[in-house]
Amino acid sequence: MKINQISVFLENRAGQLAEVTKLLSDNHINLRAISIAETADYGLLRIIVDDSQKATSVLLENGNIVTMNPVIVVAVDDQPAGLSELLSLLTETDINIQYMYALFTHQAGKAYMVFRTEEEQAFVALLDKHGLSAATADELGLK
Amino acid sequence: MYYQPDIETASHEQIRAWQSERLVKQVRHVWDNVPYYRQKMEEKGLTPDDIQSVDDLHKLPFLTKDDLRECYPYGLLAKPLSECVRIQSTSGTTGKRVVAFYTQHDVDLWEDCCARALMATGATKEDVVQVAYGYGLFTGGAGMHGGSHKAGCLTLPMSSGNTDRQLQFMVDLGATVLCCTPSYAEYLAESIHERGLRDQIKLKAGIFGAEAWSEEMRRDIEKNLGLKAYDIYGLTEISGPGVAFECEAQAGMHINEDHFIAEIIDPDTGEVLPEGSKGELVFTCITKEAFPLIRYRTRDICVLTRKSCPCGRTHVKMSKPMGRSDDMLIVKGVNVFPSQIEAVLIEQGYPANYQIVVDRVNHSDTLEVMVEMTPEIFSDSLGKITDMEKSLVSALKAMLGIYAKVKLVAPKSITRSEGKAVRIIDKRKI
Repeated sequence: MKINQISVFLENRAGQLAEVTKLLSDNHINLRAISIAETADYGLLRIIVDDSQKATSVLLENGNIVTMNPVIVVAVDDQPAGLSELLSLLTETDINIQYMYALFTHQAGKAYMVFRTEEEQAFVALLDKHGLSAATADELGLK
Repeated sequence: MYYQPDIETASHEQIRAWQSERLVKQVRHVWDNVPYYRQKMEEKGLTPDDIQSVDDLHKLPFLTKDDLRECYPYGLLAKPLSECVRIQSTSGTTGKRVVAFYTQHDVDLWEDCCARALMATGATKEDVVQVAYGYGLFTGGAGMHGGSHKAGCLTLPMSSGNTDRQLQFMVDLGATVLCCTPSYAEYLAESIHERGLRDQIKLKAGIFGAEAWSEEMRRDIEKNLGLKAYDIYGLTEISGPGVAFECEAQAGMHINEDHFIAEIIDPDTGEVLPEGSKGELVFTCITKEAFPLIRYRTRDICVLTRKSCPCGRTHVKMSKPMGRSDDMLIVKGVNVFPSQIEAVLIEQGYPANYQIVVDRVNHSDTLEVMVEMTPEIFSDSLGKITDMEKSLVSALKAMLGIYAKVKLVAPKSITRSEGKAVRIIDKRKI
């Protein structure tokens, strides 16, 4: 059920992101989700890839600063209000979502959202309670 | 114009005679009253009898900022505290300050030096002197304030900052002489221009020091403020501003040699270099009582010249400092040592691999510390990283007394030349 997200420190200069994506492509690692948070001086790249162990070692070997954290991926209906309904469930709880972004999939009718929270168990329980479930690595084709 | 014409234009022979007589007396005074320096002399096998004239000066041991730190606060005091009337201070290495003591005699001679500097710009008792150096522990305000009194000028003790009030008094009270840092002079000039006050100011001279500045900056300030701009040199360890000052020739600063003997040495060997050589400036205080440093290494690199000066003064002239023989930076008038920054980084859990970038933006110095990101600091949460940054900024401010911007950079991105890190990049065009 646990899906690993890799975060990479990016200095704010031309070509930094391209270096990371090239490194991944050279090693036949497929990007499944990507998000960037940035300040004036640096960026924080967050990715989900098909082989997180391999991606982490490749990135580390090439001098990158990397951290791996578990995230929860949830499928919502790919239609108006799909995400909104899920988020409204969260507003009634104390679960704090640090950040979220979308994941690319090919499954018709579904959109996948990536959530980062310190309160994973509570979040999963909430999903269960409402007949939803967190996507598994298998389901997303991740190792 | 001179404040003390007999002294300022005395013959070279006369100056040397004063120096010899005063040095012999001073060495005896320090030997009798400063056990720390006495021990240093003994280690070199010296007694006061070995110093018969200024020709023997080179035999004496040096004092450095390390000695000052070791002796903090009273170790170099040569008079009982009951005889002292003043303390001034400057920021020092690793947060420890340099504390200098003055008897009334010491304050007097320091103020005399500042009065000489003021009168060299043509100031008389008809003038209104606006002192916009900081007042307080910093010597800038106190020194020029006292000098202005001695020269008989009407003194405006403004201290630094509060530009609105500076300009109001400058206009309303008709200030004719401005004393401040060159960067603040540039800032005032800009503010005067913005407010359209140029026609209402009466400044004719400015004495600008405590910071490095260029000839280009001088021309700018002179044009924008409509005055003649003079340089002044000093350091708290020796007394404060007025150790040396520029005359109307505006080509080098006359060192007040009746109070301070200047030498130029090779910073590596300590060997005294002949006149005209570029090297480290060393001062010996021959008239001060409470805090009389002998052969104090300033770490400032400059050149001395005895070529005759059109102003009539005979005292030796020093060039503007051309650099430092240590890694001290002066940023916004504050002494900054890379070792201070390094100590904060280590304490806050950052790697000691860093780079300091100093620049001057809109006439004001900026300090940026580039630090390489490490796995320990890194997190997938932007909030956590920015919290770490903020705490580093506060710790640097507490250590240095000035704001330093922190910039996190990629690992191994800080330039290393031949395996040795380049710690300081000074982009200021001075």
